[in-house]
Amino acid sequence: MNKGNVLILGARSDIAKAIAHKFAADGYSIQLAVRGMSDMESYVSDLALRHRVSVTTHEFDVLAIDRHLSFVEGLEELPVVAVCAVGLMGNQSESEENVASAIQVMRSNFEGPASIFSHLANCFEVRGSGTLVGISSVAGIRGRASNYVYGSAKAGFSAFLSGLRNRLSTKGVHVITVLPGFVNTKMTEALSLPPALTAEPVEVADAVFKATVRKKNVVYVRSIWQLIMLIISTIPEQIFKKLKI
Amino acid sequence: MKLSGWGRYPTHNVRESAPRSIEQLQEFVAAGSAVARGNGRSYGDSAVSAFNTISTRHFNKMISFDTQTGTLVAEAGVLLGDVISSFLPLGFFPYVTPGTKYVTLGGMLAADVHGKNHHLEGSMYNYVDWFEIIDASSKMIRCSRKENSELFSWTIGGMGLTGIIVRVAIRLRPIESAWIAQTTVPVKNLNEAIDAFENNLSSTYSVAWIDCLSSGGSLGRSIVMLGEHAHESVLDDVQKKTLFKHVDRAKWTLPVALPRCLLNRVTVKVFNAMYFRYGQKTKGTRLVSWDSFFYPLDALLGWNKIYGRRGFLQFQCVIPLEKSSEGLHELVTEISSTGGGSFLAVLKRLGESAGGISFPMSGYTLALDFPVNGRNMKLMDRLEQITLQYGGRFYLAKDARMSKSTFRSSDSRVTDFISMRENSGMNQNFESMQSTRLGL
Ligand SMILES: Cc1cc2nc3c(=O)[nH]c(=O)nc-3n(C[C@H](O)[C@H](O)[C@H](O)COP(=O)(O)OP(=O)(O)OC[C@H]3O[C@@H](n4cnc5c(N)ncnc54)[C@H](O)[C@@H]3O)c2cc1C
Ligand SMILES: NC(=O)c1ccc[n+]([C@@H]2O[C@H](COP(=O)([O-])OP(=O)(O)OC[C@H]3O[C@@H](n4cnc5c(N)ncnc54)[C@H](OP(=O)(O)O)[C@@H]3O)[C@@H](O)[C@H]2O)c1
Repeated sequence: MNKGNVLILGARSDIAKAIAHKFAADGYSIQLAVRGMSDMESYVSDLALRHRVSVTTHEFDVLAIDRHLSFVEGLEELPVVAVCAVGLMGNQSESEENVASAIQVMRSNFEGPASIFSHLANCFEVRGSGTLVGISSVAGIRGRASNYVYGSAKAGFSAFLSGLRNRLSTKGVHVITVLPGFVNTKMTEALSLPPALTAEPVEVADAVFKATVRKKNVVYVRSIWQLIMLIISTIPEQIFKKLKI
Repeated sequence: MKLSGWGRYPTHNVRESAPRSIEQLQEFVAAGSAVARGNGRSYGDSAVSAFNTISTRHFNKMISFDTQTGTLVAEAGVLLGDVISSFLPLGFFPYVTPGTKYVTLGGMLAADVHGKNHHLEGSMYNYVDWFEIIDASSKMIRCSRKENSELFSWTIGGMGLTGIIVRVAIRLRPIESAWIAQTTVPVKNLNEAIDAFENNLSSTYSVAWIDCLSSGGSLGRSIVMLGEHAHESVLDDVQKKTLFKHVDRAKWTLPVALPRCLLNRVTVKVFNAMYFRYGQKTKGTRLVSWDSFFYPLDALLGWNKIYGRRGFLQFQCVIPLEKSSEGLHELVTEISSTGGGSFLAVLKRLGESAGGISFPMSGYTLALDFPVNGRNMKLMDRLEQITLQYGGRFYLAKDARMSKSTFRSSDSRVTDFISMRENSGMNQNFESMQSTRLGL
């Protein structure tokens, strides 16, 4: 029952791992794309043992945009689903003091993911099928003082995904924008997040899997976030600019 | 953060970390007073350290499986339920399983868990080939029956007090089918229950549910359940098609703690009466799924909230074989006369002991739950005294309240365990709220 490959970019992320397990459990082969292979052995054996699917690893750096085309061409099999979980939250105050680190955050969350998705989209378009899943963030819905560098890059990525979806909707290629709120992962380990608003990585994986099957366009994880963001985006700028949120 | 065991009592405000690499784990251990936490299914404070509780949740990968020998190598944080869903389809099942599949392999070794087949096949100890552990000097070492054999023996059953297990090699059992041929034997009282166990020592699985509220001539009326992995030949066509099928049963989640008044003598009596009527009706042998045979409670996720906000206690002791009948009669009489609102007690025949400080010994073990309140605390004091009087001992994986002196007088091996910990420096590096309370 070979269902084809699911390519996971930024596969070491906790969210990506949960997504890999979810698709593998359904019988998909898995292509794991990460930068650096040092700790991948047990990850691969685990996926293969639990789900008896083929698992391959691929060196991938989202910032090395000049190598993205050859990365895609080098895949033995073009995936049926590609998920981008790459992300870099960075540190807002550091981004303010040091513009170079702000640019790294912007490139890691927007330029790099948009670049790799552009190549994949072109291949999917030629084939006439495929699903692209971009993990963006609710942080991209409105810029806030506490993390607008990260947020702006996610906003760019979300807009890119929406345009891509529009372009490919008649070409058999589907694009999904995932907008998680807080998720309990390595990225947020040091923060103390409100439990009721914080999803586990498996919830993101379930949402992504469902969205792929049902061809959804934009998915929130934990629906409360849709309401929160609705409220946040309707606050008049005059008031918003003075808020500490 | 607030942490407790499955009984939700006692609760402590502690620091928990979740290292992602061996190096990080070693650093945490070096900080001292550490204890591992698997999936928190021990009832009391075994997996809670005031300063340094270390979750194994990121050590959750399976590494290899040998279909010839059934040997699985996996990290200690892997859940038993995942082992089943991964290898049942290949025709393998755990040799030993507790009454829930939501436990980690590390937790199963640390408690040296026993299952319904202990009388015949022993505890987890028997199915561990080797493990790797971060020891008191923060080094990772391998232990087996040949290599570091003393540490091997103290660790299986040692409740996390000898180090943090990171990787294990255990053997799984090849089975003909995942269906269980279950034989239900309703019995009128405790003596008949003991007879049923003794007459069925060759049954792979045996367990009894005792009604602890009945008294007089029906003191200890029970439903004894025997089980075997069904041979392919006894299955019908549909069952043959699902020889090793892993079906996820419908699960229900109990979202909030129930009000305490829901569990009282009347409701429990009604429940028990219904249960025993059902037992009478299902008397005889029939095929049941492995999930409902081994894990009836897993169908209700979060059932531990049934006992209300204050949580609950579990009492589990074992009475040596030659005094089992007398000891059990006295225990059940005490419980039936106080009626602390326990649903049902589990009675089980155990076989020989294995690990250095493991709980099981040849005899009968009785386990039951009580909501936390003053009256039940006193009842448990009395149950402990009765157990001591008959030379029995207590299961640390269930304990949340025992006193130092009770534990010490229950088990002559405790002093050796304490001096072993002192001599190796383990007492500095590994400590749980339970070990502090019990002076281990
Ligand atoms: C519904 C239910 C039914 C049960 N039925 C049975 C039964 O039939 N038979 C039986 O024997 N037990 C039974 N138990 C008890 C259970 O099997 C044990 O408490 C087991 O240890 C729980 O595993 P865990 O992963 O949740 O461990 P935790 O509760 O997290 O930890 C338990 C102990 O193991 C130690 N530990 C955990 N991981 C490691 C590690 N990696 N290295 C070193 N130490 C570690 C902890 O420090 C602690 O002392 C039952 C429990 C429940 C809730
Ligand atoms: N956690 C949350 O609360 C939350 C909320 C909303 C959205 N998200 C988004 O969800 C996605 C997954 O994040 P996560 O929470 O699982 O956190 P994470 O563990 O930090 O995952 C981010 C992943 O991106 C990878 N990455 C970063 N830069 C890279 C590069 N140059 N090349 C290749 N890979 C790179 C990292 O790889 P390394 O492992 O090699 O560092 C890491 O695995 C991200 O896009 C994140 O923005 C997270």
